[in-house]
Amino acid sequence: MTAPASRTDIAPSRLVRRLILGIVGFLFAIPILAMIEFTLRNGLAGGYTVAHWTGLFDPANASRYQVVYTGLINSLVLAVVTVAIVILILLPTMVLVQLKFPALRRVLEFICIIPITVPAIVLVVGLAPIYSVVAKIFGSSVWTLAFAYGITVLPYAYRTIQSNLGAIDANTLSEAARSLGASWMAVFLRVLIPNLRRGIMAASFISVAVVLGEFTIASLLSRQNLQTAILLMSQSDPYVAVIIALLALAFVFVLLLLIGRIGTAGKSQRRKNGNRS
Amino acid sequence: MSSAQGVAVELTSITKTYAGQLALNALSLSVEPGEFVALLGPSGCGKTTALRSIAGLETIDSGTISIDGEDVTDRPTSKRDLGMVFQSYSLFPHLTAGENVEFGLRMRKVGGAERRTRAAEAMAMVGLNGHLDRYAHELSGGQQQRVALARALVTEPRVLLLDEPLSALDAKVRVQLREEIRRIQTKLGITTFFVTHDQEEALAVADRVAVMQAGNIEQIGTPEELYREPQTPFVAEFIGLSNRLEGVVTAGEVTVLGHTLPLLHRNTADGPVRVLLRPEDVELASSGLPGTVISSSFLGSLRRTSVLLADDTTIISVQHPVRENPQPGASVFLALSGAAVSVVAL
Repeated sequence: MTAPASRTDIAPSRLVRRLILGIVGFLFAIPILAMIEFTLRNGLAGGYTVAHWTGLFDPANASRYQVVYTGLINSLVLAVVTVAIVILILLPTMVLVQLKFPALRRVLEFICIIPITVPAIVLVVGLAPIYSVVAKIFGSSVWTLAFAYGITVLPYAYRTIQSNLGAIDANTLSEAARSLGASWMAVFLRVLIPNLRRGIMAASFISVAVVLGEFTIASLLSRQNLQTAILLMSQSDPYVAVIIALLALAFVFVLLLLIGRIGTAGKSQRRKNGNRS
Repeated sequence: MSSAQGVAVELTSITKTYAGQLALNALSLSVEPGEFVALLGPSGCGKTTALRSIAGLETIDSGTISIDGEDVTDRPTSKRDLGMVFQSYSLFPHLTAGENVEFGLRMRKVGGAERRTRAAEAMAMVGLNGHLDRYAHELSGGQQQRVALARALVTEPRVLLLDEPLSALDAKVRVQLREEIRRIQTKLGITTFFVTHDQEEALAVADRVAVMQAGNIEQIGTPEELYREPQTPFVAEFIGLSNRLEGVVTAGEVTVLGHTLPLLHRNTADGPVRVLLRPEDVELASSGLPGTVISSSFLGSLRRTSVLLADDTTIISVQHPVRENPQPGASVFLALSGAAVSVVAL
C-alpha cells in the first residue's frame, strides 16, 4: 500500500516551476518585445535606428507631438482628481460605514463592485446625458472626466482599502482614541489614516494606473487624454505612438511594483524589528 | 504619577435595547469614590454594555449617568475624562509604546517635555521602563495590556474602565496582571469598573462585585457576602461551586441527606427544594455518611474529592486539606459542617 501523496509530493519541481514561469513570461514579453522592435525600425529604408526615441525628446519636434503632451498632462490631471475623489469621498465613506453603520457594509460593497460588471460603452451611454448637465455646472474642462473615472476605479480602490480596513481593528482603535479624549477628526487623521496608509497608497496607485489606461469613456465623450492622444498620434507617426504606449506601460509597471513593495514593506519591517527585540 | 482623587459614579435606571432586546433593564448602581467594582455575569448579561454606557460608547435609551455629581449622560466619550482598557489589544500599531501612552496627553495639548516625562513615569508604574520605543507587535500580550493600562492612567482620569482586559492572556500572566492592576488602583485611589466573566478574578480583586443577569444587578456586595450570603438562587448557583442536592424545607430549616441544616434565608416557604451545599461545608470524617471515592483532584493548597454515596446516585464534592489523600475506590465517611445553606425552589 502506498502512502497518500502529501502536499510536497504533488508540488511541481523547481525545474517545472521555472519552465512554466519562463513560458508565461515569454508569452507576455512577445508583444512588448515586438513593440520595442517596431519603434527601432528605420521605416521602409530597412535596418534599425533610435531616431524615433530621440526625436520624441527633441525640442524641435515639440509642436508635432503637442497632442501627446496635452493628452499626457490631461491624464495626469485626471489621475490627481480621481485620486482626490477616492481619498476625500470613498475613504471617509468606508470608515463611516465601518464604524457607525456596519449594516450598510454589504450595500456599499455591492455598489462599489457594480462598475466592474458594466462595460465602459454602457457606462458612457448613461453618462452622456449626465455630462451635458456637468458641463453646464463645471464647464467642459477635461478634469470633469474624473467624475466618471471616480466610478470606474471604485471596485479596485474599494477592495484595496477594505482589505486594509479589515486587517486593523478600526472600531477598537477609534474607541480607544475616543476614550483618550480624541475628537472624531483626530481619530480619523491621527489613528485611522496612518494605519490605513498602505491601503490608501495602493488604491491611489491602482487609480492612477486605471486612469492612464482609460480610452473608451474619454473617446466617446470627446475628451482628450493620453490614450486618445496615442490613437491620434498613431495615424501620423505610428512609431511615436508605440513609444508612448511603451512608456505608459513601463510607468504603470513601476506603479504596480510600488504597490507590491508597500504590501511587503510592513511585513519585512516587522520581521526585522521582531528579530531585533 | 500623582495620586488621583477617586470620584463617585451613579447609574440611575439606565435602559438600553438592541433591536428590541433589552440589554440593560433599568440598571441602577452607586459606586463610592476610589472603589473597585467588578461587573460579573454570564455572556449577554449586559455587563459590557453597562461599562460602554459609562464610557459613552453606547447611547442609553433612558436613565442617567453621573460622574462626581455631574450628569454626563449626553456627553461624548472624549469629554468624559475616563481611562479605558479593552479586551482586544488596542494599542495604536503605528506608534511606539511611549507614543501610545503620550496620545491622551497630546489630545489634551500637554507640552512635549512634560508628555515624555509623564509617559515614562506611567510606563515605570506598570513595570515597562525599558520598552518606550517598542511597537505593539514587539510586545507580548501581557506587555501590551500593561501599556494600555499606562495609556489609560497617564491622563489621571476620573474613572478607570476595564473591559475584560485579562481574558486574552494566559493563566499565569492573568493572575500577575490582575494583582498589579489592583496594586496600582489602590495606590492611585481611582474609581474603577472591571468587567469580567471570571468569578475567581472578580472575587480576587474587587472591593465589591455586582453580579448581573438579564440586564440588571442580581446582587452587589463584597466577595465574602456574595459567597457566604447569596441573596438570590442565581447568585448562589453562579458564585462558587455547590453540590446540588434534593431537600425539604420545614419551619425555617432544611432537611438534606438525613441532616437538618439552618437556612441562609429563613423566610423560605416550606416544601421540596434544591439545596446548594458548598464543598468546604462537607468534611471527610471517621463516621457519618458512607461513600466511595470516585476521583480526587490536587488544587495546590487544597484537594477536592468526589464521593459516591451509598444510594449509588448522589455524588458529593468535598474540599479538604491536601494531607488527606483518599484513593479512588476507597470507602470514606462524610460529615456536614452544619453551616447555613442556600436553597432554590423546585
